[in-house]
Amino acid sequence: MVDLAVCVGGLALANPVMPASGTFAEGLEQVVRLERLGAFVTKTITSELRAGNPTPRVAETAGGMLNSIGIPSKGVPAFLEHTLPFWRRWKVPLVVSISAPTAQGFAELAAALDLPGVAAIEANISCPNIEADGHAFAMDPAATLDVVRRLRDATRLPLWAKLTPNTGAIAAIARAAEEGGADAVVVANTVLGMAVDTETFRPRLGNVMGGLSGPAIKPIVLRMVHQCHKAVSIPVIGCGGIATPEDAVEYMLAGASAVQVGTATFLQPTAMTDIIDGLDAWCRRRGIACIADLTGAMRGDDDVLLAGAAS
Amino acid sequence: MPALAAAAEPAAAADLLAPVIANDWVNDEYKHLVLEAGAPACLAGAGQFFHLLCPATGADQPFFRRPMSTYRADPEAGRVEFLYKVTGRGTRGLATLRPGDRLRMLGPLGVGFSLDAAWRNIVVLGRGVGLATLAPLAAMAARQGVGVTAILSARSLAHVMSVSAFNEMGARTIVVTDTDGSSAPCRVETLLRGLIAAGRADAFFTCGSNRLLELMQRLGAEHGIPGQVALEQQMACGLGMCFCCVRPFREGGREVHKRVCWDGPVFPIEEAMGW
Repeated sequence: MVDLAVCVGGLALANPVMPASGTFAEGLEQVVRLERLGAFVTKTITSELRAGNPTPRVAETAGGMLNSIGIPSKGVPAFLEHTLPFWRRWKVPLVVSISAPTAQGFAELAAALDLPGVAAIEANISCPNIEADGHAFAMDPAATLDVVRRLRDATRLPLWAKLTPNTGAIAAIARAAEEGGADAVVVANTVLGMAVDTETFRPRLGNVMGGLSGPAIKPIVLRMVHQCHKAVSIPVIGCGGIATPEDAVEYMLAGASAVQVGTATFLQPTAMTDIIDGLDAWCRRRGIACIADLTGAMRGDDDVLLAGAAS
Repeated sequence: MPALAAAAEPAAAADLLAPVIANDWVNDEYKHLVLEAGAPACLAGAGQFFHLLCPATGADQPFFRRPMSTYRADPEAGRVEFLYKVTGRGTRGLATLRPGDRLRMLGPLGVGFSLDAAWRNIVVLGRGVGLATLAPLAAMAARQGVGVTAILSARSLAHVMSVSAFNEMGARTIVVTDTDGSSAPCRVETLLRGLIAAGRADAFFTCGSNRLLELMQRLGAEHGIPGQVALEQQMACGLGMCFCCVRPFREGGREVHKRVCWDGPVFPIEEAMGW
Protein backbone atom coordinates (compact mmCIF):
# COMPACT_ATOMS: atom_id res chain seq x y z
CA MET A 1 0.00 0.00 0.00
CA VAL A 2 1.55 3.25 -1.12
CA ASP A 3 1.10 6.27 1.11
CA LEU A 4 0.29 9.11 -1.27
CA ALA A 5 -0.43 11.64 1.48
CA VAL A 6 1.59 14.84 1.57
CA CYS A 7 1.64 17.85 3.82
CA VAL A 8 1.84 21.13 1.97
CA GLY A 9 1.93 24.58 3.39
CA GLY A 10 -0.29 23.95 6.38
CA LEU A 11 -2.57 21.44 4.67
CA ALA A 12 -2.65 17.67 4.84
CA LEU A 13 -3.56 16.31 1.40
CA ALA A 14 -4.61 12.77 0.53
CA ASN A 15 -2.32 12.89 -2.49
CA PRO A 16 -0.06 15.48 -4.14
CA VAL A 17 -2.24 16.17 -7.21
CA MET A 18 -4.49 19.20 -7.55
CA PRO A 19 -5.72 21.45 -10.36
CA ALA A 20 -3.97 24.64 -11.40
CA SER A 21 -6.10 27.71 -10.89
CA GLY A 22 -8.15 28.63 -13.93
CA THR A 23 -8.32 25.11 -15.31
CA PHE A 24 -10.91 23.73 -12.95
CA ALA A 25 -14.66 24.25 -12.63
CA GLU A 26 -17.86 22.39 -11.94
CA GLY A 27 -18.06 21.01 -15.49
CA LEU A 28 -15.31 18.54 -14.65
CA GLU A 29 -17.65 16.79 -12.21
CA GLN A 30 -19.26 15.09 -15.21
CA VAL A 31 -16.16 13.10 -16.07
CA VAL A 32 -13.89 13.04 -13.01
CA ARG A 33 -14.39 11.65 -9.53
CA LEU A 34 -13.47 14.90 -7.85
CA GLU A 35 -13.27 13.36 -4.36
CA ARG A 36 -10.07 11.67 -5.50
CA LEU A 37 -8.12 14.92 -5.89
CA GLY A 38 -5.61 16.09 -3.32
CA ALA A 39 -7.13 19.57 -3.25
CA PHE A 40 -9.42 21.84 -5.22
CA VAL A 41 -8.08 25.16 -6.45
CA THR A 42 -10.59 27.72 -7.70
CA LYS A 43 -10.30 30.04 -10.61
CA THR A 44 -8.82 33.34 -9.40
CA ILE A 45 -11.40 35.67 -7.92
CA THR A 46 -11.11 39.40 -7.44
CA SER A 47 -13.16 41.93 -5.49
CA GLU A 48 -13.57 43.91 -8.69
CA LEU A 49 -15.98 42.82 -11.42
CA ARG A 50 -13.81 41.95 -14.40
CA ALA A 51 -15.07 41.17 -17.91
CA GLY A 52 -11.84 39.56 -19.05
CA ASN A 53 -9.87 40.11 -22.21
CA PRO A 54 -11.03 40.38 -25.84
CA THR A 55 -11.16 37.26 -28.02
CA PRO A 56 -9.39 35.29 -29.32
CA ARG A 57 -8.29 34.32 -25.84
CA VAL A 58 -6.41 31.19 -26.76
CA ALA A 59 -4.00 29.92 -29.39
CA GLU A 60 -2.33 26.56 -29.69
CA THR A 61 1.42 26.40 -30.23
CA ALA A 62 3.90 23.55 -30.54
CA GLY A 63 3.44 21.53 -27.36
CA GLY A 64 1.62 24.29 -25.60
CA MET A 65 -1.18 26.74 -25.19
CA LEU A 66 -1.08 30.51 -25.22
CA ASN A 67 -3.89 32.16 -23.32
CA SER A 68 -4.95 35.59 -22.32
CA ILE A 69 -8.21 35.20 -20.47
CA GLY A 70 -7.83 38.28 -18.29
CA ILE A 71 -9.25 36.88 -15.03
CA PRO A 72 -12.97 37.45 -15.64
CA SER A 73 -14.51 37.69 -12.17
CA LYS A 74 -18.02 38.14 -10.86
CA GLY A 75 -16.73 39.36 -7.50
CA VAL A 76 -16.98 38.05 -3.95
CA PRO A 77 -20.80 37.92 -3.57
CA ALA A 78 -21.15 35.58 -6.56
CA PHE A 79 -18.32 33.46 -5.16
CA LEU A 80 -20.03 33.17 -1.79
CA GLU A 81 -23.42 32.45 -3.34
CA HIS A 82 -22.45 29.93 -6.02
CA THR A 83 -18.83 28.79 -6.05
CA LEU A 84 -18.17 28.17 -2.37
CA PRO A 85 -21.37 26.16 -1.71
CA PHE A 86 -20.68 24.05 -4.79
CA TRP A 87 -17.19 22.99 -3.66
CA ARG A 88 -18.18 22.61 -0.02
CA ARG A 89 -20.09 19.48 -1.01
CA TRP A 90 -16.79 17.57 -1.01
CA LYS A 91 -14.38 16.92 1.86
CA VAL A 92 -11.41 17.79 -0.36
CA PRO A 93 -9.57 20.91 0.90
CA LEU A 94 -10.61 24.00 -1.06
CA VAL A 95 -7.86 26.44 -1.98
CA VAL A 96 -9.18 29.80 -3.11
CA SER A 97 -7.08 31.68 -5.62
CA ILE A 98 -7.24 35.44 -5.22
CA SER A 99 -5.89 38.47 -7.00
CA ALA A 100 -5.98 42.23 -6.53
CA PRO A 101 -4.40 45.26 -8.12
CA THR A 102 -2.91 46.47 -4.80
CA ALA A 103 -1.33 44.91 -1.71
CA GLN A 104 -4.12 46.35 0.40
CA GLY A 105 -6.68 44.85 -1.98
CA PHE A 106 -5.05 41.43 -1.58
CA ALA A 107 -5.20 41.73 2.21
CA GLU A 108 -8.84 42.79 2.27
CA LEU A 109 -9.89 39.99 -0.06
CA ALA A 110 -7.99 37.38 1.96
CA ALA A 111 -9.64 38.64 5.15
CA ALA A 112 -13.08 38.41 3.56
CA LEU A 113 -12.47 34.77 2.62
CA ASP A 114 -11.58 33.49 6.10
CA LEU A 115 -14.71 31.34 6.01
CA PRO A 116 -15.77 27.79 6.82
CA GLY A 117 -15.01 25.64 3.80
CA VAL A 118 -11.97 27.64 2.71
CA ALA A 119 -8.88 25.61 3.51
CA ALA A 120 -6.17 27.89 2.14
CA ILE A 121 -5.53 31.03 0.12
CA GLU A 122 -3.45 30.95 -3.04
CA ALA A 123 -2.36 34.51 -3.75
CA ASN A 124 -1.90 34.92 -7.49
CA ILE A 125 0.78 37.59 -7.22
CA SER A 126 1.71 37.15 -10.86
CA CYS A 127 -0.84 39.78 -11.83
CA PRO A 128 -0.03 43.43 -12.54
CA ASN A 129 0.49 45.70 -9.53
CA ILE A 130 -1.07 49.04 -10.37
CA GLU A 131 1.05 50.69 -7.68
CA ALA A 132 4.23 49.54 -9.45
CA ASP A 133 3.52 50.68 -12.99
CA GLY A 134 1.78 47.42 -13.85
CA HIS A 135 4.73 45.17 -13.01
CA ALA A 136 3.57 41.93 -11.43
CA PHE A 137 4.13 41.77 -7.67
CA ALA A 138 6.14 38.59 -8.09
CA MET A 139 8.57 40.27 -10.48
CA ASP A 140 10.16 42.05 -7.55
CA PRO A 141 11.30 40.69 -4.16
CA ALA A 142 10.36 43.88 -2.28
CA ALA A 143 6.84 43.97 -3.75
CA THR A 144 6.48 40.25 -3.02
CA LEU A 145 7.59 40.72 0.58
CA ASP A 146 5.18 43.60 1.05
CA VAL A 147 2.11 41.90 -0.40
CA VAL A 148 2.76 38.58 1.35
CA ARG A 149 3.30 40.35 4.71
CA ARG A 150 0.01 42.16 4.36
CA LEU A 151 -1.71 38.94 3.40
CA ARG A 152 -0.14 37.18 6.39
CA ASP A 153 -1.47 39.87 8.72
CA ALA A 154 -4.92 39.59 7.16
CA THR A 155 -5.59 35.86 7.36
CA ARG A 156 -5.01 32.88 9.64
CA LEU A 157 -5.53 30.49 6.73
CA PRO A 158 -2.60 28.67 5.15
CA LEU A 159 -1.18 31.08 2.59
CA TRP A 160 0.35 30.03 -0.72
CA ALA A 161 2.05 32.52 -3.01
CA LYS A 162 1.84 31.74 -6.72
CA LEU A 163 4.95 33.04 -8.45
CA THR A 164 5.55 34.06 -12.02
CA PRO A 165 8.27 32.44 -14.13
CA ASN A 166 8.79 35.74 -15.95
CA THR A 167 11.58 36.78 -13.64
CA GLY A 168 15.29 36.17 -13.59
CA ALA A 169 15.25 36.09 -9.80
CA ILE A 170 12.86 33.28 -8.89
CA ALA A 171 14.88 32.15 -5.85
CA ALA A 172 15.01 35.66 -4.40
CA ILE A 173 11.26 36.05 -4.98
CA ALA A 174 10.58 32.73 -3.25
CA ARG A 175 12.75 33.82 -0.29
CA ALA A 176 10.77 37.07 -0.09
CA ALA A 177 7.51 35.13 -0.01
CA GLU A 178 8.88 32.92 2.75
CA GLU A 179 10.09 35.92 4.74
CA GLY A 180 6.69 37.54 4.32
CA GLY A 181 5.05 34.55 5.96
CA ALA A 182 3.87 32.37 3.08
CA ASP A 183 3.28 28.72 3.99
CA ALA A 184 4.17 27.53 0.48
CA VAL A 185 5.09 28.84 -2.95
CA VAL A 186 3.42 27.68 -6.13
CA VAL A 187 5.97 27.61 -8.95
CA ALA A 188 4.80 28.82 -11.37
CA ASN A 189 2.29 30.72 -13.45
CA THR A 190 2.45 30.90 -17.27
CA VAL A 191 5.41 32.12 -19.32
CA LEU A 192 4.75 35.35 -21.20
CA GLY A 193 4.62 34.75 -24.93
CA MET A 194 2.89 35.63 -28.18
CA ALA A 195 2.07 34.35 -31.65
CA VAL A 196 1.30 36.05 -34.96
CA ASP A 197 -1.02 34.78 -37.69
CA THR A 198 1.04 34.81 -40.87
CA GLU A 199 -2.08 34.93 -43.06
CA THR A 200 -3.72 37.95 -41.45
CA PHE A 201 -0.58 39.61 -39.99
CA ARG A 202 -2.52 39.92 -36.74
CA PRO A 203 -1.57 38.66 -33.27
CA ARG A 204 -3.25 35.36 -32.52
CA LEU A 205 -4.44 36.61 -29.13
CA GLY A 206 -6.84 39.52 -28.74
CA ASN A 207 -4.57 40.84 -25.98
CA VAL A 208 -1.48 40.39 -28.24
CA MET A 209 0.59 38.78 -25.45
CA GLY A 210 -0.45 35.92 -23.24
CA GLY A 211 0.74 33.11 -21.02
CA LEU A 212 2.28 29.93 -22.38
CA SER A 213 1.49 26.67 -20.61
CA GLY A 214 1.69 22.97 -21.36
CA PRO A 215 4.60 20.59 -22.03
CA ALA A 216 6.55 23.34 -23.82
CA ILE A 217 7.36 25.08 -20.53
CA LYS A 218 8.03 22.05 -18.34
CA PRO A 219 11.85 22.15 -18.36
CA ILE A 220 11.85 25.87 -17.54
CA VAL A 221 9.51 25.58 -14.59
CA LEU A 222 11.11 22.37 -13.36
CA ARG A 223 14.40 24.26 -13.12
CA MET A 224 12.66 27.00 -11.14
CA VAL A 225 11.12 24.48 -8.74
CA HIS A 226 14.60 23.10 -8.13
CA GLN A 227 15.98 26.59 -7.49
CA CYS A 228 13.14 27.49 -5.12
CA HIS A 229 13.42 24.19 -3.25
CA LYS A 230 17.08 25.01 -2.58
CA ALA A 231 16.29 28.60 -1.62
CA VAL A 232 13.46 28.16 0.89
CA SER A 233 12.39 25.78 3.62
CA ILE A 234 8.65 26.10 2.97
CA PRO A 235 7.10 23.60 0.54
CA VAL A 236 7.18 24.21 -3.20
CA ILE A 237 4.15 23.25 -5.30
CA GLY A 238 5.19 22.54 -8.89
CA CYS A 239 3.02 23.72 -11.76
CA GLY A 240 4.06 23.77 -15.40
CA GLY A 241 3.36 21.29 -18.17
CA ILE A 242 2.61 18.28 -15.99
CA ALA A 243 0.65 15.76 -18.07
CA THR A 244 1.86 12.31 -16.96
CA PRO A 245 2.72 10.52 -13.72
CA GLU A 246 6.39 10.68 -14.73
CA ASP A 247 6.12 14.48 -15.05
CA ALA A 248 4.78 14.64 -11.50
CA VAL A 249 7.59 12.39 -10.22
CA GLU A 250 10.13 14.56 -12.02
CA TYR A 251 8.77 17.67 -10.30
CA MET A 252 8.84 15.99 -6.89
CA LEU A 253 12.41 14.81 -7.38
CA ALA A 254 13.33 18.39 -8.27
CA GLY A 255 11.84 19.57 -4.99
CA ALA A 256 8.07 19.84 -5.29
CA SER A 257 5.96 18.63 -2.38
CA ALA A 258 2.85 18.58 -4.54
CA VAL A 259 1.89 19.38 -8.13
CA GLN A 260 -0.78 21.29 -9.99
CA VAL A 261 -2.13 20.07 -13.30
CA GLY A 262 -3.71 22.56 -15.68
CA THR A 263 -3.45 22.48 -19.45
CA ALA A 264 -3.33 18.68 -19.50
CA THR A 265 -6.90 18.59 -18.17
CA PHE A 266 -8.06 20.47 -21.28
CA LEU A 267 -6.68 17.72 -23.49
CA GLN A 268 -7.65 14.83 -21.24
CA PRO A 269 -10.25 15.69 -18.61
CA THR A 270 -9.25 12.72 -16.47
CA ALA A 271 -5.58 13.78 -16.47
CA MET A 272 -5.45 14.44 -12.71
CA THR A 273 -6.94 11.12 -11.63
CA ASP A 274 -4.89 9.33 -14.30
CA ILE A 275 -1.78 10.89 -12.74
CA ILE A 276 -2.84 9.84 -9.23
CA ASP A 277 -3.34 6.25 -10.43
CA GLY A 278 -0.05 6.41 -12.26
CA LEU A 279 1.83 7.71 -9.20
CA ASP A 280 0.46 4.87 -7.14
CA ALA A 281 1.54 2.34 -9.77
CA TRP A 282 4.94 4.00 -10.18
CA CYS A 283 5.62 3.91 -6.42
CA ARG A 284 4.61 0.23 -6.26
CA ARG A 285 6.89 -0.61 -9.14
CA ARG A 286 9.80 1.23 -7.53
CA GLY A 287 9.06 -0.05 -4.03
CA ILE A 288 8.48 3.42 -2.64
CA ALA A 289 6.21 3.30 0.38
CA CYS A 290 5.69 6.98 0.93
CA ILE A 291 5.45 9.44 -1.95
CA ALA A 292 6.49 12.37 0.23
CA ASP A 293 9.97 10.81 0.28
CA LEU A 294 10.36 11.79 -3.37
CA THR A 295 10.45 15.50 -2.63
CA GLY A 296 13.92 16.77 -3.42
CA ALA A 297 15.26 13.23 -3.81
CA MET A 298 17.10 14.01 -7.04
CA ARG A 299 20.59 12.54 -6.89
CA GLY A 300 23.88 13.92 -8.12
CA ASP A 301 22.91 17.48 -7.39
CA ASP A 302 26.04 19.60 -7.63
CA ASP A 303 25.81 23.01 -6.04
CA VAL A 304 29.11 24.11 -7.51
CA LEU A 305 27.97 23.48 -11.05
CA LEU A 306 24.61 25.11 -10.41
CA ALA A 307 25.95 28.15 -8.63
CA GLY A 308 26.50 30.04 -11.83
CA ALA A 309 22.96 29.44 -12.99
CA ALA A 310 21.25 30.24 -9.68
CA SER A 311 19.72 33.66 -9.27
CA MET B 1 -43.00 35.32 -26.95
CA PRO B 2 -43.81 31.90 -25.48
CA ALA B 3 -41.53 30.67 -22.78
CA LEU B 4 -39.14 28.01 -23.96
CA ALA B 5 -40.03 24.56 -22.80
CA ALA B 6 -37.44 23.14 -20.47
CA ALA B 7 -34.95 21.11 -22.45
CA ALA B 8 -34.78 17.45 -21.56
CA GLU B 9 -32.30 16.75 -18.80
CA PRO B 10 -29.02 16.51 -20.67
CA ALA B 11 -27.10 13.28 -20.47
CA ALA B 12 -23.89 13.51 -18.47
CA ALA B 13 -20.82 13.60 -20.64
CA ALA B 14 -18.31 10.79 -20.84
CA ASP B 15 -14.88 10.44 -22.40
CA LEU B 16 -14.70 7.38 -24.61
CA LEU B 17 -12.69 5.70 -27.34
CA ALA B 18 -15.14 5.26 -30.18
CA PRO B 19 -14.45 2.79 -33.01
CA VAL B 20 -14.76 4.26 -36.49
CA ILE B 21 -17.39 2.58 -38.68
CA ALA B 22 -17.03 4.83 -41.74
CA ASN B 23 -15.32 8.07 -42.72
CA ASP B 24 -16.19 8.85 -46.34
CA TRP B 25 -16.02 11.92 -48.56
CA VAL B 26 -19.44 13.31 -49.46
CA ASN B 27 -18.01 15.94 -51.83
CA ASP B 28 -14.64 17.56 -52.42
CA GLU B 29 -14.67 19.35 -49.03
CA TYR B 30 -16.77 17.37 -46.56
CA LYS B 31 -16.45 14.00 -44.92
CA HIS B 32 -19.02 11.97 -43.03
CA LEU B 33 -17.69 10.20 -39.93
CA VAL B 34 -19.72 7.40 -38.34
CA LEU B 35 -18.65 6.09 -34.93
CA GLU B 36 -19.79 3.27 -32.71
CA ALA B 37 -20.67 4.94 -29.42
CA GLY B 38 -23.02 3.79 -26.69
CA ALA B 39 -24.69 5.87 -23.98
CA PRO B 40 -24.33 8.64 -23.11
CA ALA B 41 -22.75 9.63 -26.43
CA CYS B 42 -25.57 8.25 -28.60
CA LEU B 43 -28.11 10.12 -26.44
CA ALA B 44 -26.73 13.49 -27.59
CA GLY B 45 -29.44 16.09 -28.06
CA ALA B 46 -29.80 18.22 -31.18
CA GLY B 47 -27.25 21.02 -31.04
CA GLN B 48 -24.96 19.35 -28.50
CA PHE B 49 -21.34 18.77 -29.41
CA PHE B 50 -18.38 16.50 -28.76
CA HIS B 51 -14.77 17.41 -28.03
CA LEU B 52 -12.62 15.30 -30.33
CA LEU B 53 -8.98 14.35 -29.84
CA CYS B 54 -8.07 14.59 -33.52
CA PRO B 55 -5.17 12.35 -34.52
CA ALA B 56 -1.82 13.99 -35.20
CA THR B 57 -0.51 13.33 -38.68
CA GLY B 58 2.91 14.36 -39.95
CA ALA B 59 3.01 18.14 -40.04
CA ASP B 60 -0.40 18.44 -38.39
CA GLN B 61 -0.03 18.22 -34.62
CA PRO B 62 -3.21 19.61 -33.12
CA PHE B 63 -2.65 20.49 -29.47
CA PHE B 64 -6.22 21.01 -28.29
CA ARG B 65 -9.23 18.84 -28.89
CA ARG B 66 -11.67 20.13 -31.49
CA PRO B 67 -15.36 20.80 -30.79
CA MET B 68 -17.69 19.25 -33.36
CA SER B 69 -21.46 19.50 -33.44
CA THR B 70 -23.39 16.27 -33.70
CA TYR B 71 -24.76 15.44 -37.13
CA ARG B 72 -26.71 12.42 -35.95
CA ALA B 73 -26.98 10.49 -32.69
CA ASP B 74 -28.76 7.16 -32.86
CA PRO B 75 -29.51 5.54 -29.50
CA GLU B 76 -30.89 2.37 -31.13
CA ALA B 77 -27.87 1.71 -33.31
CA GLY B 78 -25.45 3.07 -30.69
CA ARG B 79 -23.89 5.45 -33.17
CA VAL B 80 -22.76 9.07 -33.37
CA GLU B 81 -22.09 10.80 -36.69
CA PHE B 82 -20.30 13.97 -37.71
CA LEU B 83 -20.30 15.86 -40.99
CA TYR B 84 -17.21 18.03 -41.22
CA LYS B 85 -15.36 20.25 -43.61
CA VAL B 86 -11.69 19.32 -43.96
CA THR B 87 -10.10 22.67 -43.38
CA GLY B 88 -7.40 22.78 -40.68
CA ARG B 89 -4.97 20.77 -38.57
CA GLY B 90 -7.69 19.05 -36.58
CA THR B 91 -10.03 18.12 -39.41
CA ARG B 92 -7.14 17.02 -41.65
CA GLY B 93 -6.26 14.58 -38.87
CA LEU B 94 -9.87 13.44 -38.58
CA ALA B 95 -9.92 12.84 -42.33
CA THR B 96 -7.21 10.18 -41.96
CA LEU B 97 -9.34 7.97 -39.71
CA ARG B 98 -10.23 4.59 -41.20
CA PRO B 99 -12.81 2.01 -40.20
CA GLY B 100 -11.50 0.16 -37.17
CA ASP B 101 -9.49 3.13 -35.89
CA ARG B 102 -10.64 4.63 -32.62
CA LEU B 103 -11.32 8.25 -31.81
CA ARG B 104 -11.21 9.65 -28.29
CA MET B 105 -14.20 11.90 -27.78
CA LEU B 106 -15.75 13.72 -24.84
CA GLY B 107 -19.45 14.37 -24.81
CA PRO B 108 -22.22 15.06 -25.33
CA LEU B 109 -21.52 18.61 -24.21
CA GLY B 110 -23.31 21.92 -24.05
CA VAL B 111 -26.85 23.20 -24.29
CA GLY B 112 -28.65 22.11 -27.45
CA PHE B 113 -31.83 23.16 -29.27
CA SER B 114 -35.19 23.04 -27.55
CA LEU B 115 -38.71 23.04 -28.98
CA ASP B 116 -41.64 24.78 -27.35
CA ALA B 117 -44.78 22.65 -27.24
CA ALA B 118 -46.71 25.55 -28.78
CA TRP B 119 -44.70 25.56 -31.99
CA ARG B 120 -46.37 23.69 -34.86
CA ASN B 121 -44.09 24.80 -37.71
CA ILE B 122 -40.49 25.94 -37.58
CA VAL B 123 -38.06 27.38 -40.11
CA VAL B 124 -34.50 26.11 -40.17
CA LEU B 125 -32.00 28.22 -42.10
CA GLY B 126 -28.40 27.14 -42.42
CA ARG B 127 -25.35 27.62 -44.53
CA GLY B 128 -22.31 25.50 -45.18
CA VAL B 129 -21.23 23.34 -42.28
CA GLY B 130 -24.01 24.91 -40.19
CA LEU B 131 -26.43 22.60 -41.96
CA ALA B 132 -24.87 19.61 -40.22
CA THR B 133 -25.64 21.20 -36.86
CA LEU B 134 -29.27 21.82 -37.84
CA ALA B 135 -29.96 18.32 -39.18
CA PRO B 136 -30.61 16.71 -35.76
CA LEU B 137 -32.95 19.61 -34.92
CA ALA B 138 -35.06 18.75 -37.96
CA ALA B 139 -35.08 15.13 -36.81
CA MET B 140 -36.18 16.11 -33.30
CA ALA B 141 -38.95 18.31 -34.74
CA ALA B 142 -40.12 15.48 -37.01
CA ARG B 143 -40.30 13.11 -34.02
CA GLN B 144 -42.45 15.63 -32.18
CA GLY B 145 -44.77 16.18 -35.14
CA VAL B 146 -43.54 19.71 -35.77
CA GLY B 147 -43.48 20.83 -39.40
CA VAL B 148 -40.05 21.87 -40.67
CA THR B 149 -39.16 24.12 -43.57
CA ALA B 150 -35.42 23.88 -44.17
CA ILE B 151 -33.67 26.52 -46.26
CA LEU B 152 -30.25 25.16 -47.15
CA SER B 153 -27.70 27.67 -48.38
CA ALA B 154 -24.36 26.92 -50.01
CA ARG B 155 -21.90 28.17 -52.60
CA SER B 156 -23.09 25.73 -55.26
CA LEU B 157 -25.36 22.72 -55.61
CA ALA B 158 -22.34 20.45 -55.12
CA HIS B 159 -21.74 22.01 -51.70
CA VAL B 160 -25.26 21.75 -50.31
CA MET B 161 -25.05 19.36 -47.42
CA SER B 162 -27.68 17.06 -46.05
CA VAL B 163 -30.52 17.66 -48.54
CA SER B 164 -31.47 14.00 -48.43
CA ALA B 165 -31.15 13.93 -44.64
CA PHE B 166 -33.59 16.82 -44.31
CA ASN B 167 -35.92 15.28 -46.90
CA GLU B 168 -35.89 11.92 -45.11
CA MET B 169 -37.02 13.67 -41.94
CA GLY B 170 -40.01 15.01 -43.79
CA ALA B 171 -38.73 18.57 -43.93
CA ARG B 172 -39.88 20.82 -46.76
CA THR B 173 -36.49 21.64 -48.25
CA ILE B 174 -35.53 24.74 -50.22
CA VAL B 175 -32.01 24.89 -51.63
CA VAL B 176 -30.44 28.29 -52.33
CA THR B 177 -26.98 28.81 -53.84
CA ASP B 178 -24.52 31.55 -54.65
CA THR B 179 -24.23 30.12 -58.17
CA ASP B 180 -27.72 31.19 -59.18
CA GLY B 181 -27.94 34.11 -56.76
CA SER B 182 -30.83 32.59 -54.81
CA SER B 183 -28.78 32.66 -51.58
CA ALA B 184 -28.60 36.46 -51.48
CA PRO B 185 -30.01 37.68 -48.15
CA CYS B 186 -32.69 39.78 -49.90
CA ARG B 187 -33.96 36.70 -51.74
CA VAL B 188 -33.87 34.60 -48.57
CA GLU B 189 -35.77 37.40 -46.85
CA THR B 190 -38.52 37.07 -49.47
CA LEU B 191 -38.68 33.33 -48.77
CA LEU B 192 -38.89 33.91 -45.03
CA ARG B 193 -41.60 36.56 -45.39
CA GLY B 194 -43.59 34.10 -47.50
CA LEU B 195 -43.27 31.44 -44.78
CA ILE B 196 -44.33 33.92 -42.10
CA ALA B 197 -47.39 34.91 -44.16
CA ALA B 198 -48.25 31.25 -44.69
CA GLY B 199 -48.16 30.59 -40.95
CA ARG B 200 -45.21 28.24 -41.23
CA ALA B 201 -42.81 30.17 -39.01
CA ASP B 202 -43.59 29.75 -35.31
CA ALA B 203 -39.86 29.81 -34.57
CA PHE B 204 -36.58 30.46 -36.38
CA PHE B 205 -33.39 28.41 -36.14
CA THR B 206 -30.07 29.17 -37.76
CA CYS B 207 -26.40 28.26 -37.86
CA GLY B 208 -23.39 29.03 -40.00
CA SER B 209 -23.87 32.55 -41.36
CA ASN B 210 -23.66 35.95 -39.78
CA ARG B 211 -25.80 37.55 -42.50
CA LEU B 212 -28.52 34.93 -42.16
CA LEU B 213 -28.44 35.29 -38.37
CA GLU B 214 -28.96 39.04 -38.67
CA LEU B 215 -31.76 38.51 -41.19
CA MET B 216 -33.59 36.11 -38.87
CA GLN B 217 -33.03 38.45 -35.90
CA ARG B 218 -34.53 41.37 -37.82
CA LEU B 219 -37.56 39.48 -39.15
CA GLY B 220 -38.03 37.74 -35.80
CA ALA B 221 -38.10 41.08 -33.97
CA GLU B 222 -40.46 42.54 -36.58
CA HIS B 223 -42.95 39.67 -36.30
CA GLY B 224 -42.46 38.53 -32.71
CA ILE B 225 -41.00 35.19 -33.78
CA PRO B 226 -38.68 33.54 -31.25
CA GLY B 227 -35.61 31.65 -32.30
CA GLN B 228 -32.35 29.97 -31.50
CA VAL B 229 -28.88 30.08 -33.01
CA ALA B 230 -26.00 27.63 -32.72
CA LEU B 231 -22.68 29.46 -32.45
CA GLU B 232 -19.06 28.48 -32.90
CA GLN B 233 -15.96 29.59 -31.07
CA GLN B 234 -12.47 28.23 -30.64
CA MET B 235 -12.36 26.14 -27.47
CA ALA B 236 -9.75 24.69 -25.18
CA CYS B 237 -11.51 22.65 -22.47
CA GLY B 238 -15.10 22.22 -23.73
CA LEU B 239 -16.30 21.93 -20.12
CA GLY B 240 -16.75 25.56 -19.10
CA MET B 241 -13.51 25.77 -17.17
CA CYS B 242 -11.09 27.92 -19.17
CA PHE B 243 -13.27 30.82 -20.38
CA CYS B 244 -11.48 30.78 -23.74
CA CYS B 245 -14.62 30.37 -25.85
CA VAL B 246 -16.59 33.38 -24.68
CA ARG B 247 -18.59 35.54 -27.10
CA PRO B 248 -20.44 38.80 -26.44
CA PHE B 249 -24.24 38.63 -26.03
CA ARG B 250 -26.99 41.17 -25.46
CA GLU B 251 -28.78 40.50 -22.21
CA GLY B 252 -31.14 42.95 -20.55
CA GLY B 253 -29.69 45.92 -22.43
CA ARG B 254 -26.14 45.01 -21.43
CA GLU B 255 -23.36 43.28 -23.28
CA VAL B 256 -22.21 40.17 -21.43
CA HIS B 257 -19.70 37.42 -22.13
CA LYS B 258 -20.96 33.87 -22.20
CA ARG B 259 -19.13 30.61 -22.73
CA VAL B 260 -20.12 28.94 -25.98
CA CYS B 261 -19.21 25.48 -24.62
CA TRP B 262 -21.13 25.78 -21.37
CA ASP B 263 -23.90 28.36 -21.77
CA GLY B 264 -24.41 27.27 -25.41
CA PRO B 265 -23.58 26.46 -28.15
CA VAL B 266 -27.29 27.11 -28.77
CA PHE B 267 -28.49 30.53 -27.61
CA PRO B 268 -31.71 32.56 -27.88
CA ILE B 269 -31.41 34.23 -31.26
CA GLU B 270 -32.07 37.74 -29.96
CA GLU B 271 -29.08 37.56 -27.57
CA ALA B 272 -26.53 36.71 -30.24
CA MET B 273 -24.27 39.39 -31.66
CA GLY B 274 -23.05 39.24 -35.23
CA TRP B 275 -19.44 38.64 -36.14
